[in-house]
Amino acid sequence: RGSGAGAEGAGVIEPGEKEAQGWPCHSTAPCQEVVATQELLKWNGWGYNDSKFIFNKKGQAEFTGKRYRLGGMVLPTFKEWIEKTFGASLEHKTTSRASLNVNDVPPPIVNEEFLQDLRATKISYSQDAEDRVFRAHGHCLHEIFVLREGMFKRIPDIVVWPVCHEDVVKIVELACKHNLCIIPFGGGTSVSSALECPEEEKRMIISLDTSQMNRILWIDEKNLTACVEAGIVGQDLEKQLAESGFCTGHEPDSMEFSSLGGWVATRASGMKKNIYGNIEDLVIHIKMVTPRGIVEKNCQVPRMSTGPDIHHFIMGSEGTLGVVTEVTIKIRPVPEYQKYGSVVFPNFERGVACLREVAKQRCAPASIRLVDNAQFQFGHALKPQVASIFTSFLDGLKKFYITKFKGFDPNILCVATLLFEGDREKVLQHEKQVYDIATKFGGLAAGEDNGQRGYMLTFVIAYLRDLGLDYYVIGESFETSVPWDRVLDLCRNVKERIVRECKEKGVQFAPLSTCRVTQTYDAGACVYFYFAFNYRGISDPIHVYEQIERAAREEILANGGSLSHHHGVGKLRKRWMKESISDVGLGMLRSVKEYVDPNNIFGNKNLL
Amino acid sequence: MKCYTPVIYKGLSPCKPNAIKSAVLQSEQVQYVIKQLAKEMGESPDIIQEEAMEILDEMGHRMQLGAVRFFAFTLSKIFKQLFQRVCVNEEGMQRLQHAIQEHPVVLLPSHRSYVDFLMLSYLLYTYDLALPVIAAGIDFLGMKIVGELLRRAGAFFMRRSFGGNRLYWAVFAEYVKTMLRSGYAPIEFFLEGTRSRTAKTLTPKFGLLSIVMEPFFKREVFDTYLVPISISYERILEESLYAYELLGVPKPKESTSGLLKARRILSDNFGTIHIYVGQPVSLRTLASGRISRCPYNLVPRHLPQKPSEDIQEFVSDVAYKMELLQIENMVLSPWVLVAAVLLQNLPAMEFELLIEKTLWLKGLTQTFGGFIEWPDNLCAKKAVLSGLTLHSNIAGLVDGHVVLNDKGVEDGAVGEIVFRHALAVLMCATYRNQLLNVFVRPALVAVALQMAPSFRKEEVYSCFNFLRDVFSDEFIFFPGISLKDFEEGCFLLTKCDAIQTSQQEIYPTDKGSGTVSFLSAMFRPFVEGYQVLIRLNTYIPVVNNAYKPRRLKSQLIFRYLSKEMKEAFTEKQFIPAVRNFVFQLLEKGSTQCYEALSSDMQKNALSALVQLGAVKKKKTPNGFTYNVNQEAVGKILDMFDARIPVQKPVAARL
Repeated sequence: RGSGAGAEGAGVIEPGEKEAQGWPCHSTAPCQEVVATQELLKWNGWGYNDSKFIFNKKGQAEFTGKRYRLGGMVLPTFKEWIEKTFGASLEHKTTSRASLNVNDVPPPIVNEEFLQDLRATKISYSQDAEDRVFRAHGHCLHEIFVLREGMFKRIPDIVVWPVCHEDVVKIVELACKHNLCIIPFGGGTSVSSALECPEEEKRMIISLDTSQMNRILWIDEKNLTACVEAGIVGQDLEKQLAESGFCTGHEPDSMEFSSLGGWVATRASGMKKNIYGNIEDLVIHIKMVTPRGIVEKNCQVPRMSTGPDIHHFIMGSEGTLGVVTEVTIKIRPVPEYQKYGSVVFPNFERGVACLREVAKQRCAPASIRLVDNAQFQFGHALKPQVASIFTSFLDGLKKFYITKFKGFDPNILCVATLLFEGDREKVLQHEKQVYDIATKFGGLAAGEDNGQRGYMLTFVIAYLRDLGLDYYVIGESFETSVPWDRVLDLCRNVKERIVRECKEKGVQFAPLSTCRVTQTYDAGACVYFYFAFNYRGISDPIHVYEQIERAAREEILANGGSLSHHHGVGKLRKRWMKESISDVGLGMLRSVKEYVDPNNIFGNKNLL
Repeated sequence: MKCYTPVIYKGLSPCKPNAIKSAVLQSEQVQYVIKQLAKEMGESPDIIQEEAMEILDEMGHRMQLGAVRFFAFTLSKIFKQLFQRVCVNEEGMQRLQHAIQEHPVVLLPSHRSYVDFLMLSYLLYTYDLALPVIAAGIDFLGMKIVGELLRRAGAFFMRRSFGGNRLYWAVFAEYVKTMLRSGYAPIEFFLEGTRSRTAKTLTPKFGLLSIVMEPFFKREVFDTYLVPISISYERILEESLYAYELLGVPKPKESTSGLLKARRILSDNFGTIHIYVGQPVSLRTLASGRISRCPYNLVPRHLPQKPSEDIQEFVSDVAYKMELLQIENMVLSPWVLVAAVLLQNLPAMEFELLIEKTLWLKGLTQTFGGFIEWPDNLCAKKAVLSGLTLHSNIAGLVDGHVVLNDKGVEDGAVGEIVFRHALAVLMCATYRNQLLNVFVRPALVAVALQMAPSFRKEEVYSCFNFLRDVFSDEFIFFPGISLKDFEEGCFLLTKCDAIQTSQQEIYPTDKGSGTVSFLSAMFRPFVEGYQVLIRLNTYIPVVNNAYKPRRLKSQLIFRYLSKEMKEAFTEKQFIPAVRNFVFQLLEKGSTQCYEALSSDMQKNALSALVQLGAVKKKKTPNGFTYNVNQEAVGKILDMFDARIPVQKPVAARL
């Protein structure tokens, strides 16, 4: 099962909440009732149907639903922020089509012989238009835009739901037999155009939905590993492991929706990688079904020296080689204690210097993130109405202390959010160490609450794009990794490039162009950019958007950043692959593809 | 007192000159080199660090508002004495003001006089713009008090040559880059490297330019603005000094007493100055699509890295582009036209004819895109007369004829007469030269037309191409676009009806023969001068027999040079030898090419020979030495000789 790039990523979308804060209470339907899940989710936007930003009758912003902590709360300053930041006005609204127009959907290409063979296997499938469209896309801006206003030129012709490894073997065999195309689909949160069907594909396209392969097969408490079917969604995996007192600790921002197989297929990274590691550190064993047969190792060991690690052909293969069906993953006991924190820095430079020092001393907490001033302001705008006079008095006092007494400029300062995890005692000790370092860089502790809200906001932003789309604002996020010494230059230059490109392309209002450092490593950091603008007056906003995004990527590469830290390449960033890994490197990957899948059954055209 | 609150770069974190110095000293770049040197020489890093500190102290500016005010005050008095007017393009100043706030700015003025940087700083001060820090030659430091004053007004000092000194290079480069990166102040330097003694734009130097471009290559800044600035003088302050220098009378050392002595020029009038601040050019735009980013991504940015060939080529292209922009925006005075006409009609020219020709040349210059400061209501006679008045030291009106002012002719020895005349010619040429870069493309087509055995396009082009190569150090050509230059030249000549082109041929029109011969006469001093200079390299033994040199000194040098044909010689040996040789020819009257006496032309000719492969240049511990390849030099002469009909001086007249 393998969700080529199906799962991870989640563009604008950053982290989910923690269990402690209350994840969405819903759990992805574990039963065969696929429809149930599908109906819970928006067909033309991010996340759950019942969770979204709206403007209520008083014109105030509100977040609906009860799944998140922000649910049902009024956000008094948010409207003003939107108007100020984007020059958007509530009077100018665009509306999405209310539902999918089945007549627009391209008719399926049907291979009757295959259908007959498939029926014989008893694997459930669907040729229904809505099912097919739902799996024809990820969450790139242009994909959502198409859903709202147009239609994809090519979508899967059939959706199949295998329930176990053997089902997948059968499907792949049949596809080979009839020469059809398979595109694995996990959580559908890709932000690299990885799920889009190649327009020129003439064969029948099978969307292999792994969502029904979602069982934990066994837990090995002695070795602290668990073998899990690859279709399991992040939040379910953590919840089910928690029942036995364990966790994987892998929490990409999309974990509410993305799947284990998708993480493997895209080389995912989790928010708490400082403690638990990224997907490549977590995986012990992978079983993958390819047109050549099944690839796996003969043992489940922490490390082996048997030539190049075949896992590394699989991780990041983005569904081009086969379907990941089962993964043995490391697990840890659920931590005893968690604590949020935050630090205010006088400016972004000091903040980055502090993160660098923390990385140098290798004392990074489970998560440490540094948001720039624009995002700090954004976070501020999402503050709910304060319940008591006392809290608002306290807030005022804090603000006074930081801006007046300490002399921080509210238009320059930036904030780091922290998450500590582990034994209570060690956490407290660790916390002190980090705050001591922060003090050396002019940082001021700014409380647990701010930290916690920071992490909540990262996932809320994903919902925000849908609101923006209603008011002529389009946006997206992208990420990169970069050596420490270039972090500042890269952040500044990329943001500036975006502003400039917008101006050149005729964008009337200055865009929101903001970044944050989301991961620290020994040798560098991961940087995340958000970028959004008001497109009123532009005839082809998506084209303009794509040009600007491309320019921003060029800028990243010119500044010594990578093509991607964890979103993957998909089809969106393919053009830079040669430059990224050299001709020979690309040839090496191609030769693997040629051997494993000579007839291009896994024909999503990602990566290569 | 003037309230001076300049606009500054948006990313500026204000700091003192000393803070910059210590930042430079502590920078990874400098520390790296210090450690390297310490390891190689087995010395303690502290000692080298000390050395670096001394270099910084020698180099660094100490900009102080007090000194700036002092300068502004004094300069305003002096400038008012010296010049009638200073004209500035206001919109250029506004653009500059805008640019300074946006990105680090590099000011690239043309360099004709010491007045250049004083005037520019004064101007920026007056317009309430950030004062630049200026790269100045270390020789200024020799001037007591003044050197220190300049330092306080924002000058920093670079040694004239420091190619081999890694520590110096590292400290200097880092110093400049630190100021640039932080947006501390606009950085100003002269692409030409030194004042052009001939008023012709000198070929650019690349060292400083590549230093200021590096922060962008390494993406330490988002962009850098390069601002070409053209400063045109109606009369150049140092004109006679230059002429002496070109003739080999050594340049006086910069000294304060020299400056004081020079104060008598205060009573003189030097006319108008035009300053054109060009459109700021974005380095990012220039580089887009040209620079591969890989080399800078794979090496830590603080390591000294030899620029790749791509980068070197790019730097060179940018340098030429900037100089061409300077040239484009130069303002030409009517006197420039007068000088050009007069030089073709020596020894004397009828006043009325001069006016007529000047007016005609005005039209031609405008067709070629030259900008002439000639008010619509100003009649030609007045324009010429006012030029003659301003430049009475060069030429004057005698009995209705205009003649060069080479006083003292009667009572001198032959040598003295030649020298005096050469002085006047070179001074006059300085003004004609201001036209040359505007004229060079059409004019070389004109010369090529006369050289080529037929009017066939390929042959004309091949001659043009040859001339362009030979004169590549004499005039400014953008590298590698010979054909485009040729087409532009042809286009301009067609525009003024001087030539017609068909599919295969280019030929002069009846009407245009005057223009063609004027143009080729304009460049004849160079064509002939180069021939003389090149011939020197092969024919010296013959010359030695034909003309018995009178002076023992010259004899020695001739013999020396002729011997040197087999051995290597240095530029220091070459220049005086050539000068003497040309001197002899002039005394004997066997050439009229006084401009071949110019050391500038001699150096350019030598370097052209090197570029054409006729002379081998070798680096030795004591500088460069040259070896002549007789055969190759012969071939080049054939190109000139076989094809150019030998023109008598008379025929050169219009």
